[in-house]
Amino acid sequence: MPENPLAVAMSGGVDSSVVAGMLRARGENVIGLTMQLWNQRRLPEIQSDKATGRCCSLDDVYDARAVAQHLGIPYYVVNFERDFEDQVVKPFVDEYLAGRTPIPCTLCNNFIKFDRFLEMAEGVGADRIATGHYAQIRWNPDNGRWEMLRSVDRAKDQTYFLFGLKQDQLARSMFPLGAMEKSAVRGLARELGIPTAAKPDSQEICFVPNGDYAGFIDAYFREQGIAPQEVAGELVTADGQVVGEHAGVHHFTVGQRRGLRVAAGEPLYVIATDPASRRVTIGRDRELLSDRAHASGVNWISIAVPSEPVRAEVKIRNKHAAAPAIVLPTSDPERVEIRFDEPQRAVTPGQGAVFYSDDLVLGGGWIE
Amino acid sequence: MKAVQRFYFDHNATTPVSPEVLEAMLPVLTEVYGNASSIHHFGQLARQRLDSSRKQVADLLGAEPQEIVFTSGGTEADNLAIFGVAIGSKAGRVVTTTFEHPAVLAAAAQLDHTLVPVDGRGMIDPEAIRRALRPNTKVISVMHANNEVGTIQPIPEIARIAAEAGIALHCDGVQAAGKIPVNAGKLGVALYSISGHKIGAPKGVGALYVRKGTALKPMMYGGRHERERRAGTENVAGAVALGRAAEWITQHGDAENRRQGILRDRLEQSILDRIPDTRVNGAGATRVANTTNIRFDGIDSDALLIALDLKGFAVSSGAACSSGAPEPSHVLLAMGLSRLEARSSIRFSLGRSNTIEQVDALVEALVDSVTHLRKLAPAYA
Repeated sequence: MPENPLAVAMSGGVDSSVVAGMLRARGENVIGLTMQLWNQRRLPEIQSDKATGRCCSLDDVYDARAVAQHLGIPYYVVNFERDFEDQVVKPFVDEYLAGRTPIPCTLCNNFIKFDRFLEMAEGVGADRIATGHYAQIRWNPDNGRWEMLRSVDRAKDQTYFLFGLKQDQLARSMFPLGAMEKSAVRGLARELGIPTAAKPDSQEICFVPNGDYAGFIDAYFREQGIAPQEVAGELVTADGQVVGEHAGVHHFTVGQRRGLRVAAGEPLYVIATDPASRRVTIGRDRELLSDRAHASGVNWISIAVPSEPVRAEVKIRNKHAAAPAIVLPTSDPERVEIRFDEPQRAVTPGQGAVFYSDDLVLGGGWIE
Repeated sequence: MKAVQRFYFDHNATTPVSPEVLEAMLPVLTEVYGNASSIHHFGQLARQRLDSSRKQVADLLGAEPQEIVFTSGGTEADNLAIFGVAIGSKAGRVVTTTFEHPAVLAAAAQLDHTLVPVDGRGMIDPEAIRRALRPNTKVISVMHANNEVGTIQPIPEIARIAAEAGIALHCDGVQAAGKIPVNAGKLGVALYSISGHKIGAPKGVGALYVRKGTALKPMMYGGRHERERRAGTENVAGAVALGRAAEWITQHGDAENRRQGILRDRLEQSILDRIPDTRVNGAGATRVANTTNIRFDGIDSDALLIALDLKGFAVSSGAACSSGAPEPSHVLLAMGLSRLEARSSIRFSLGRSNTIEQVDALVEALVDSVTHLRKLAPAYA
């Protein structure tokens, strides 16, 4: 076997298939690995034929295997179901119950893809991994750091979910699609004869069919034997007036308008959720605005931990247009204060705050 | 990419078709194509081949030809035994063990059943079987040799208990036939399953021994094949293959098993000597000669399996789930190993193709891979 094999995380989708194909075409010694993360036979009541965003279905594994066969590379499925449940699914559920709105993809990147998977790759003899993420990694000899940049195809950029990556993880990871437009990726898929070239993109949280995470959490509760009344509570206004009831704080996220079922003269939104009292506070749009936030668990990527305030554009959810702000260090090196130039709508606890300087990803943390 | 030289150490999963088996079955596919139930010449030729194959299989098991029912494999034989006896005229209870093959466990799970635990050595206590019996128990099913650790179960003792209670004993012999001498009559079993592809015949053929006088309800309904115990046009080529494989074992099995035992002991001893913190799962029990299951502390067996495969050595780490991802072995868990311990265990199962040079090369690859993996394991220092 040639030296230095390279492991590609293959989901069965077009992107990771193209990664495997282009690296193989470049003469790399590619090993294909698919992570089995979630058993699709669990929670059957939320499954449907039309479900989108299903990870680890037998179809996906079939596709990944067909691609590996087409490319003539060794291919294996590795079972991380236990790790995924402990590190991603349970924290996802716990965060919702704690009144925050989690991002499981970031947890998965931090604890599964760039930790367990990297470890597995190294164990089988691969010193580098490649994934189909849309992001760029660059070595900066001036400051001696691995930098992360947004992908060339800005619409596909996934750096928001990658803020937790440490230097040693970046040093061993490759994102070959970061420099490509999605249309070029599809073109390359056809050129390489990849059998899944026409497969649609996955969009949702992979283990939650149709993006219905409240439905997922309800089904998960039933599986774990947690009764619905334990999570039900009241809808209140900012001055404490009870205006309705709800089936659990996990049905609500800050800024949400849908599903409140309270009649009022003007549109009402979720302002906050308090898991201790199981109360969901609702109010008017302007009550959602805030000009500052704190983030903890901060990881700095392209720059070292700053001692001075840093000017940055801060993204507070995936679809948010990054807003200019000052990021101020605190006495805790993993905690910062963010002061936005303009108040931002629905700064949501549990989401990431990712700091950019133009295309460069400076770092990011979790909104408190 | 340089081609990797590949060595196969997973014969308990399946075996290649042996040359003499292939030679025996090939002409049957093209020349003896008659339906064994047909009255004409073509049918008679097929019938003759089927009959002589049945005799060969019966000889391997110390049985009479009419006691052999050809099936599509070990799973069908196990299912036919369990449902065929347990359902009968009125559904009864099944007593089996926690470390059976899924073909037995999943079949028993469809019925009222009791699972008797296995001890840490991978052995079933016959008295525990006795204690699990109830008035409505209709069938006991205990494997002869375990597929993952190779431990040989005290079938004669269990058969005595079954006989005293008047309950049929089924024995899953898929991993025993060919590896140890089997005499169904002396064992005292009512039913005994074997599978072709574990002994050098192709996939898709197996057999169930059914002791004379055992009431067996068929599972498949159709023509009156196999004395109305298994409907469906006979797989004559498969039966010929199974028969020839059985004949080879009758002639050469003892010598070959001694040879494999020497290789297995060399493999096992080399691993224990050269790699620290290793132990044999099922040590201390009598085992079939070709199997060893070894725990490598601090190692993820999935990573070790893949690393070995990339070096050209095929081994196994428990059963695969439907996606092909390995899950911790239910056999090792049943023997009391923790999930972590089960997930650091690898099964090596030898066969006719393995040589001493291959065993030595495997040991070298293991030393390399285990050393590398342990360097990466934070918990292992």
